Amino acid sequence: MAKRDRMSGNEAVAIAMRQINPDVMGAFPITPSTEIPQYYSQYIADGKVDTEFVAVESEHSAMSVCIGASAAGARAVTATSSAGLAYMWELLYVAASARLPITMAVVNRALTGPININNDHSDSMGARDSGWIQIYAETNQEVYDNYIQAMPISETIRLPIMICQDGFITSHGVSNIELMEDEEVKDFVGEYNPENYLLKHENPLAVGPYGISPYYMEVKRSQAQAMKDAMPIIMDVAKRFEKVTGRKYGFFEEYMMDDAEVALVVIGSSAGTGKEAVDRLRAEGKKVGLIKLRVFRPFPRVPLAEAMCKVKAVAIMDKAESFSNSGGPLFNEARNSLYDLPNKPYAINYIYGLGGRDITVEDYYEIYNDLFIINETDDPGDVYRYVGVRDSRFGERGFDHKKYEE
Amino acid sequence: MTKRLNEAVEIRWHGRGGQGAKTACLLLADVAFSSGKHVQGFPEYGPERMGAPITAYNRITDEHCKVHSNIYTPDYVVVVDETLLKSVDVTSGLKENGALIINTKKTPDEVRPMLKGYKGRVCAVDAEKISMETLGRNFPNTPMLAAVVKVSNVIDQERFIKDMRESFEHKFASKPNVIEGNMKALVKAMEEVKVG
Repeated sequence: MAKRDRMSGNEAVAIAMRQINPDVMGAFPITPSTEIPQYYSQYIADGKVDTEFVAVESEHSAMSVCIGASAAGARAVTATSSAGLAYMWELLYVAASARLPITMAVVNRALTGPININNDHSDSMGARDSGWIQIYAETNQEVYDNYIQAMPISETIRLPIMICQDGFITSHGVSNIELMEDEEVKDFVGEYNPENYLLKHENPLAVGPYGISPYYMEVKRSQAQAMKDAMPIIMDVAKRFEKVTGRKYGFFEEYMMDDAEVALVVIGSSAGTGKEAVDRLRAEGKKVGLIKLRVFRPFPRVPLAEAMCKVKAVAIMDKAESFSNSGGPLFNEARNSLYDLPNKPYAINYIYGLGGRDITVEDYYEIYNDLFIINETDDPGDVYRYVGVRDSRFGERGFDHKKYEE
Repeated sequence: MTKRLNEAVEIRWHGRGGQGAKTACLLLADVAFSSGKHVQGFPEYGPERMGAPITAYNRITDEHCKVHSNIYTPDYVVVVDETLLKSVDVTSGLKENGALIINTKKTPDEVRPMLKGYKGRVCAVDAEKISMETLGRNFPNTPMLAAVVKVSNVIDQERFIKDMRESFEHKFASKPNVIEGNMKALVKAMEEVKVG
């Protein structure tokens, strides 16, 4: 029986962890993920779980603890944000290349410069090439559900996994949630019994040795293959989850896409605000849709491209700037995935929400309006745009849209 | 822009760090949840410290609320500290058919000239006095929470009193002597809030 409750996204993750009761947690506090190890420490102190909690002096060590524990055959977890994730950087690659199924709750926060504690996706987007699976959430319900699906995915394919949620917006926002029973979660996640591990004396092995040139590239190729092979596993786990909870998940969610003429692609909590804009514009008879990307790694190139091809113009939203002079990370991969398709839509990029800059229903009206203009004029204009930036030197939305407004 | 029938009731809280505005906001989310509503309760985070202005928000609705932005056109604004009127534009976007609820010793008529022409209801409650009388200390958030429930009618008031008693009994399990004081503060605030 599901239990209706209300809580923040951080508490929801901590509860999912309690229900799973992993072997080892190595963690160092950083806003806005601090509450996760904080709640979890309380569960340990109260004897509700028997996880070995290793209080470390830095995130570099937190990830090292997870790597050591996971290599030894234990189920290892951590949580972090922003600079904490950045400080784990070199170890992220170690975990992924050693094929250690570590589960990390990432509470997305801007990277410093200037210092900022609020939400954007620059931390985990920066880690997109580290070889970790990445799954994002719109709501506290989704981050809870994603966390419960994390280990069955990661332990099957033997890749580490980040379960991401938007800092403060869902991590500290209290809203309704449906929790699974403890036993249901334990049954769903199952025991972790790896085939090979360091402490298995019958089968001595080395983890993380030097990879000379004749071997290094094969390791990388097998990591790339694992990421590809994670695709069907993610869907299998989602189907199994749906059977238990009735809640359906995939690589992305299509919202009002069937007869849509224009659409957005967006990650995380801002998708909810976008859906509200869709609802209101639909009430006025405007055929708008939205695609919420849940799984960013592996990138669901083919199905996402097919979904985007349902419309004539698509706005791809990035909550991270990559200073590439060619748009944000989601834009580059999503637009790239369209290249081979004959009926591809116009695809433009909006950078939004950096460092906690709010995005509102009204902002989405503007974006949908831009898409309709592109549709009518058959001219995408500058595809690399901003929304919600105040600096008039760059135009209201980072481009000169005056010429379209006559 | 078209508005839907089941639009959320939106509440914006203005307080100072340490006064419990965030706690009151989350408590309101709790009690609205208990009465069967869909809720959001979220503070706006920044480098806050004791005494600095803080903002917190509630959305309360009958179905899942999708929006994740801050609230710019609230139905109700709660001002936990009246000195904020000098530094924060508390009525910004406040709907005229809504209300401003303020912790003050002044009457609504005395507060209104400080509200930049706001024409909706102004509701005054002396939360400090009520808190001192019932708890012996200045915790304005409990009376302010009760005043919001009374003025907004967003949840059933009898149910609210019952749920709050349960919530206090849970929260103050180790210090039961403060439960009655808090309950008195709630009831008194609901009786004494002046609507002008």
